[in-house]
Amino acid sequence: MDKRIALTVNDEQVNAPEHCTVAAVLLASPGVATRVSVTGEPRGPLCGMGVCFECRVTIDGEAHQRSCQISTSDGIVVATRGNDSYPREHEQYLSEEIVNKAYDVLVIGAGPAGIATAVTAAQAGQRVAVLSDDPHIGGQIWRHDHAKPLGRFAADWRDRLSRSSAEWIASASVFASPKPGVLLAETPTGPMRIRADQIVLACGARERFVPFPGWTLPGVFGAGGLQALVKAGMPIAGQRVIVAGTGPLLLAVADYLRSRGANVRLIAEQTSRGKLARFAGGLLLREPAKIAEAAGFAWRLRGIPFRPNCWPTSADGEGHLQSVTLTDGSRRWTEPCDALACGFGLVANTELPCLLGCAIEHGFVRVDADQRTSVPNVFAIGELAGIGGLDKALLEGEIAGHVVAGRHDLAAALQRRRAKARGFVDRLADTFALRDDLRQLPDAKTIVCRCEDVTFEQLRTQPDIRTAKLHTRIGMGPCQGRICGSAAEFLFGWDAGSVRSPIFPVAMKSLAGGE
Amino acid sequence: MSAATCDVAVLGAGIVGAACARALAMAGLRVAIVERATIGGGATAAGMGHVVVMDDSDAQFALTRRSQQLWNELAPQLPDAVEYVQTGTLWIAVDDEELTAARAKYAYYTSRGIVAEMLDADGVARIEPNLRPGLAGGLRVPGESVIYPPCAALWLVNQALERNATLHRAEAKRFDRTTIELSDGSALIAGAIVHATGIGATRFMPSLPIRPRIGHLVITDRYPGFARHQIVELGYIKSAHGADKESVAFNLQPRKTGQMLLGSSRQYDVTDGTVQPHMVTRMVARAFEYMPALAALSVIRTWTGFRAATPDSLPLIGPMPGWPGHFVATGHEGLGITTSLGTAELIVAHVTGQRSSLDLNAYLPTRFAEVAHG
Ligand SMILES: Cc1cc2nc3c(=O)[nH]c(=O)nc-3n(C[C@H](O)[C@H](O)[C@H](O)COP(=O)(O)OP(=O)(O)OC[C@H]3O[C@@H](n4cnc5c(N)ncnc54)[C@H](O)[C@@H]3O)c2cc1C
Ligand SMILES: Cc1cc2nc3c(=O)[nH]c(=O)nc-3n(C[C@H](O)[C@H](O)[C@H](O)COP(=O)(O)OP(=O)(O)OC[C@H]3O[C@@H](n4cnc5c(N)ncnc54)[C@H](O)[C@@H]3O)c2cc1C
Ligand code: FES
Repeated sequence: MDKRIALTVNDEQVNAPEHCTVAAVLLASPGVATRVSVTGEPRGPLCGMGVCFECRVTIDGEAHQRSCQISTSDGIVVATRGNDSYPREHEQYLSEEIVNKAYDVLVIGAGPAGIATAVTAAQAGQRVAVLSDDPHIGGQIWRHDHAKPLGRFAADWRDRLSRSSAEWIASASVFASPKPGVLLAETPTGPMRIRADQIVLACGARERFVPFPGWTLPGVFGAGGLQALVKAGMPIAGQRVIVAGTGPLLLAVADYLRSRGANVRLIAEQTSRGKLARFAGGLLLREPAKIAEAAGFAWRLRGIPFRPNCWPTSADGEGHLQSVTLTDGSRRWTEPCDALACGFGLVANTELPCLLGCAIEHGFVRVDADQRTSVPNVFAIGELAGIGGLDKALLEGEIAGHVVAGRHDLAAALQRRRAKARGFVDRLADTFALRDDLRQLPDAKTIVCRCEDVTFEQLRTQPDIRTAKLHTRIGMGPCQGRICGSAAEFLFGWDAGSVRSPIFPVAMKSLAGGE
Repeated sequence: MSAATCDVAVLGAGIVGAACARALAMAGLRVAIVERATIGGGATAAGMGHVVVMDDSDAQFALTRRSQQLWNELAPQLPDAVEYVQTGTLWIAVDDEELTAARAKYAYYTSRGIVAEMLDADGVARIEPNLRPGLAGGLRVPGESVIYPPCAALWLVNQALERNATLHRAEAKRFDRTTIELSDGSALIAGAIVHATGIGATRFMPSLPIRPRIGHLVITDRYPGFARHQIVELGYIKSAHGADKESVAFNLQPRKTGQMLLGSSRQYDVTDGTVQPHMVTRMVARAFEYMPALAALSVIRTWTGFRAATPDSLPLIGPMPGWPGHFVATGHEGLGITTSLGTAELIVAHVTGQRSSLDLNAYLPTRFAEVAHG
């Protein structure tokens, strides 16, 4: 753990702990800008999980690299703010061979749901691979922490996975499916073509962001986003943090940040006290275990003000965040701070299921009791099939693992517990539904599409997402609407735009192996 | 049924309909524009937006040349969103045969007043350093440009609306001589009707000899300066107009955003607009033969679009036999962004009897027997 890495950042030598991401190293200077937006604003990392593309930097002469997805290594050269260079020694790319792989079962996503499927199916004798675009297994909730070992329960699952015959493929982004049962992935060592008889999608969820004035300042992060960045090595000790938005994630994030020495000033939860009370009552009746968890948080969070009915109205600062203005509906006040961690719920990462043609309903993949999607031999589990947290994800993962191995009896035995877990999904959605006031937050100049700097003013008169896209460029950036799409859905009621391969930006050479 | 009246109704607000609507409104006519979906959302939303002069035939040259001049005249008025940049075109020759073709093109262009310049291998390498070494040379045509077609269509429509045109967001469902029934239940009574409905025109006029010809495009993240010209291989002429069912050619466009937009593919008999991985593979492989450094650029999206192809690669512009009062403006294949403005000039001449500097007879749909006698 003590080994240190030497890298160059903007022509200066920097030392960093091993196993950090490049973004985390850059964020050791608070409020750092990784890139300059298309209208010249400084930007910093937002999502921490590879979807927002705000953390793009140039690494070893190659522009547009997501610094939050790349681990530091000795001797790398990082440049921020300029994003137009490309390597000139291209012969190596052209000679890269595509790697072919074949499995009975391919699991995409290595969070709890994916791990549970991989372990279950491998134990039943299937040839299984599990891949993720992260360098480590764990997904969001069990995300690798550079400074702290995994908790007992998570470590147990991880060990079961490593003892099983399932193959783990790290840092692989699936970007296309040239035909049913075949997927193309980009990996640090080149493109990979994977055939699988059955595909289990466990792609998880990302945070929803609600635009408000100043939300594009460096220093404004997702809630899960800041947690992910700190786990990846971003120093937070002593910094003043406000946690805002909605949902149980806020408590988990505040608890974690505090354990890493952050000075968490406030948790601002937009939902009402009444809804929270009803939710807590429901937990008491139906999920006593979750009450224990909540009580644990409450105990550890003692001393941090928790305010329901409270949300941010603007973020301010010169070039980076210096304060946040909040409201409780009647009063407005300003809190100085170094970081704002704000998340307004979760949206499922439905891009890959869409690409494969899976039916989507209300933002989630439609599945049957066996976790089958509408496409033969394609399954969806975890957040993709409804935001419901750890228990549901593990159960669905095990169910899918049994079904792909033909063990329907074992799958059936778990279905009653899963039904209960799904009840929790509905109560979560209802309790933490976003209040209408949040639609009033953007002013005319507030940017909605961060990749292309499209403002609220440009969008509010547009009739639908396709017209808006073609006439303003919303959704045309490298994140392909992953950030602005869910914001626009909330603000204007627009459906998500269309999905095309590559579902993630890939080097053009990776498209050369398309067949 | 309520019915609005106008002098001329333009069906379709792609780049061609938009240009016609603007020109007709500027000629003093009361124009009604009918568009069922997004302005510039059809083929216009897929096209590369290269404003280019072509010389496959004298008629094609005349229309593209006039249109290109009109675009350059409009340039100072175009808003930023139209992303007009005068990139010029660089035609690339890989061998002596193609160099000969480049020289012929040079002679044809310069004798007709177009500024052009022959380049040897070093000259090509100097102006586009990311091209691979060892090319034979090329032809540079500096006056040509690149635009963003959907916003160009929107601007043209807005220009028409400023001259009292009206916009009807509905589908044209049925016609008689002067009345158009719209999907929203209303009707339009028009003195003349212009069908600028792209490949949709054959729905009502099945005798029009139009075949959809799908094309693929690939766009990268922003790399300002990676390429400066629209770069096109000279083999493009052969593949574009050859009868091959399926072909690709290297065609790279630097966008004002700094993005690189890569074409092009051409296929007949495909009706589903899904991106075909094997065509993308062929296209990028072709591109690497010219510009290997493209391999490392980050691609953010691929898409397809349908060109309305005619047997002789010329558009169909003029009165429609058997349809008194109706005119067509379609069949622009891979050049409709460019030729929209010239088409509009022709349509004004047909509808009003005004003179045009272009030959009205060269693009008439009646040049095809099936239309003339259909
Ligand atoms: C010059 C140029 C530059 C471009 N640059 C970029 C870029 O930088 N980034 C980028 O992402 N894209 C870019 N685009 C691509 C553009 O946004 C679309 O991808 C392009 O229009 C191709 O359309 P599509 O098939 O992807 O359209 P989609 O929007 O996917 O639509 C496909 C079809 O579905 C139908 N459809 C879609 N949504 C609806 C709806 N809500 N209601 C009814 N029908 C619907 C439409 O009829 C449409 O034909 C660019 C396009 C051009 C012309
Ligand atoms: C891959 C590709 C690359 C290209 N590159 C270039 C290039 O670089 N340079 C160039 O000059 N050209 C290029 N083109 C060609 C150019 O895009 C087309 O020629 C041009 O967009 C055609 O415009 P249009 O207005 O005729 O058709 P469209 O844009 O298709 O417009 C037709 C409109 O009519 C509407 N419509 C249809 N039926 C009805 C109805 N019944 N009622 C109401 N509305 C209706 C449709 O919704 C649509 O909006 C390219 C094309 C493709 C596919
Ligand atoms: S925020 Fe990335 S495309 Fe809009």
